[in-house]
Amino acid sequence: MNRHPGSLPATLQPMSAKRAAAIWLVLAFAALVVLMASLALGSVALAPSSVIEALAPLHASSPHAASADLAGEIVRTLRLPRALAGFACGALLAIAGALLQVLLRNPLAEPYVLGVSGGAASFALVAMIAGCAWWLVDASAFAGAFVSILLVLGLARHELWRGEPQDTSPRLLLTGAVIAAGWGALITLLLNLAPDNRLRGMLFWLTGDLNGNAMPWTALAALVVVLIAIVPVAPRLNVLLRGDAVAQALGVAVMPLRLRVYLAASLAAAAAVTTAGTIGFVGLVVPHMLRLAFGNDQRMLLPAAALGGGVAVMGADLIARLVIAPAQLPVGVITSIVGVPVFLWMLLRTRR
Amino acid sequence: MMHASNLAQPSLSAQRVTLRAGARTLLDAFTHTFYPGEIWCVAGPNGAGKTTLLSTLAGLRQPAAGHVELDGVGLADWHGQPLAQRRALMPQSAPDTFSASVLDVVMLNRFPHLTGWGWEREVDREAARAALDVLGLSDLAARDVLSLSGGERQRVALAAVLCQAAPLLLLDEPLAHLDLHHQIQCLEVLHEWTREAGRTVLFSCHDLNLARRFATHALLLDGEGAAYAGPVRDVLTPALTSRVFGYPLVLIREGDHEALIPAARSRHESLSVHDTPARG
Repeated sequence: MNRHPGSLPATLQPMSAKRAAAIWLVLAFAALVVLMASLALGSVALAPSSVIEALAPLHASSPHAASADLAGEIVRTLRLPRALAGFACGALLAIAGALLQVLLRNPLAEPYVLGVSGGAASFALVAMIAGCAWWLVDASAFAGAFVSILLVLGLARHELWRGEPQDTSPRLLLTGAVIAAGWGALITLLLNLAPDNRLRGMLFWLTGDLNGNAMPWTALAALVVVLIAIVPVAPRLNVLLRGDAVAQALGVAVMPLRLRVYLAASLAAAAAVTTAGTIGFVGLVVPHMLRLAFGNDQRMLLPAAALGGGVAVMGADLIARLVIAPAQLPVGVITSIVGVPVFLWMLLRTRR
Repeated sequence: MMHASNLAQPSLSAQRVTLRAGARTLLDAFTHTFYPGEIWCVAGPNGAGKTTLLSTLAGLRQPAAGHVELDGVGLADWHGQPLAQRRALMPQSAPDTFSASVLDVVMLNRFPHLTGWGWEREVDREAARAALDVLGLSDLAARDVLSLSGGERQRVALAAVLCQAAPLLLLDEPLAHLDLHHQIQCLEVLHEWTREAGRTVLFSCHDLNLARRFATHALLLDGEGAAYAGPVRDVLTPALTSRVFGYPLVLIREGDHEALIPAARSRHESLSVHDTPARG
C-alpha cells in the first residue's frame, strides 16, 4: 500500500522547523486579529483607526481630542488589559493541558485534573467569605493552587520520581483526581455556608470570569516563565512520550524532566486560575485540536498551544461580552458550551 | 593482560553484579565481559531477571551490588548523551498514546545525535529510512503507529534502536509477537549488523533453538543467583537447560540440524528434576 505523501493526514506529515514556524505565524496572526476585534468591539464600537490611535497616540491635540480621550480610555484601561489577561490565561491553560497530557501520557488530562483549580477555588472562596480585598482573594487562590500541587506531589512523589521501566503515571493521575474531588466537596460546603450577598461573586469566580481584570501582568509573566522553562526541553518531551525506559535509554534524565514539566504545568494552571477562575475545556480541547490539525510534535505543539489557547479564550471572552451586551457572561460559560460538544465529538469519533 | 585488553578493546563488563527482586537474589556476584562481534542470547525462566539484567547493563537501574563498566568506565560516570550514542536499549514494550508516523517514531531514536534546538537533519531522516529498509518496513514509514499490529510494532521498535547507531544493542525480547519468518529475518539482520567492527548484541529470548542457531554466546539465568555464560552450544545444553527450566529437554539431531525439545512424558517421570545437584 503505497500512499502518496500529499494524501497523508496532517497529523502524520513530517514536522520541520520551517513548518512549525509557518503554523506559529498563522496562529500569531489569528491572535492579532482577535486582539484587534476585542479592542474595537463592545457596547461602544470603535473604528480600527481609533483603536490604533488609542494604542499609539501620535498627535495629542487632534480636533476630536475629547472623543479620542474617551476611546483611548476604554481601549487602554478596560479592553486591552482584559484581552491580554484572556490571552495569557488561555495560553497558560492550553500549555498546562498539553504538558499534563505528555506527563501523564493520557490524552484526557487537563490543567485542573491534579486539583489545581479546586485548591485555588477553595482558598479563594474562604477569602471571599471572610470579605477580603480582591488582591487577598487572588493571593489565597494562588496559595490554594500550590497547596494542592504540593499535596499531590507529596502523595504521589514516588510515581513522579520513579524512573522504572513500568508506567506508573495512572497513580499520579488518580491521586490528582481524588484530591480534586475532595476540593469539590469543600467548595460545595463553602457555597452552602456563604452569606447570600457574597454568593453571586463566588459563583462568578467559580465559572471563570475576566471581568474587571486590570492586572494581566502576573499571568503574562507566568506565561513567559513557563515558555522559557519548557520550549528548550520540547525535544525531550517527544522522547518521554515513548515511555520512561526509552527516554532514559536515549540519554534523557527522566526525573528532573518530569519535575520540570509538573512544576511548569502547575505554575501555568495556578496563574490562570488566579487571574480568571476556572475556565473549562481550553486545556483539553486546544491541544487536541492542534494535534488533529498538525500532529503531536511537542516542539511545534507547545508554542502553538500557547497561541491557540490565547486566541480561544480571547475570542470566547469577546463573545461573552457581546451576546447579551451591555450585560456580560462569564467567559467560562462560553468555553464550556463550545468545549463540551467538541470534546465529545473528539472522544467518540475515534474508532477502535 | 586482561586489564590491558579491556582498555584496548571496547567492551561491556559486569563486575560482581548482584540483582535482587524483593527478598529474592536473582543474580549473585555475576562477573563477565562481553566483546565486539558477539551475539548473546539471554535466556532463563520467567522472572529470572532477564529484563532486570538488560536494564542494569544499559545503566537504567543500579545493581544491588557490584557495577557495570563500558569501555573501562563505570556506567555511573557516563553522561547521558555519549552513553546513548554508545549503547541502545529496546525495552519490552513502548506505550503509544498519540498518533505519530512510523518514520517519526523511529527517528526519535536519533535524539542523542541532535544538536541545537533539536530538529532532525537530513542525515537523521536518512538513518531512520535506512533502518526501516533493512527490516523491510519501508512501506510502513507513513503509517500511524496506533494502527500497527503487535508484530509490526515490534519490528518498528527494532528499526528504531538500529537507527540510534550505537555499537552495543541491548534488546529485551525483540522476537516477541513475531511470526517465525520475521523472527528469522530479525535475527539475520542482527547477525549481519554485528559483522561491522566493534558491534555487540545482547538479546533476551525464549526460543532456545533460534538462540542456538543465531547467537554466538548464551547467558542462562536460573533466577536463583546462578548464571551460566559461554559459547551458545556449551551453555544451551540439554543438561543445563533442563536444570534451569525445571523440565527435561533433549537434543535431537538430523543431519546438520539440531533441536532442543521437551522430553516425552515417560522420560519426564523417570528423570526427576528435583534431584538435580547444586548449581555450578
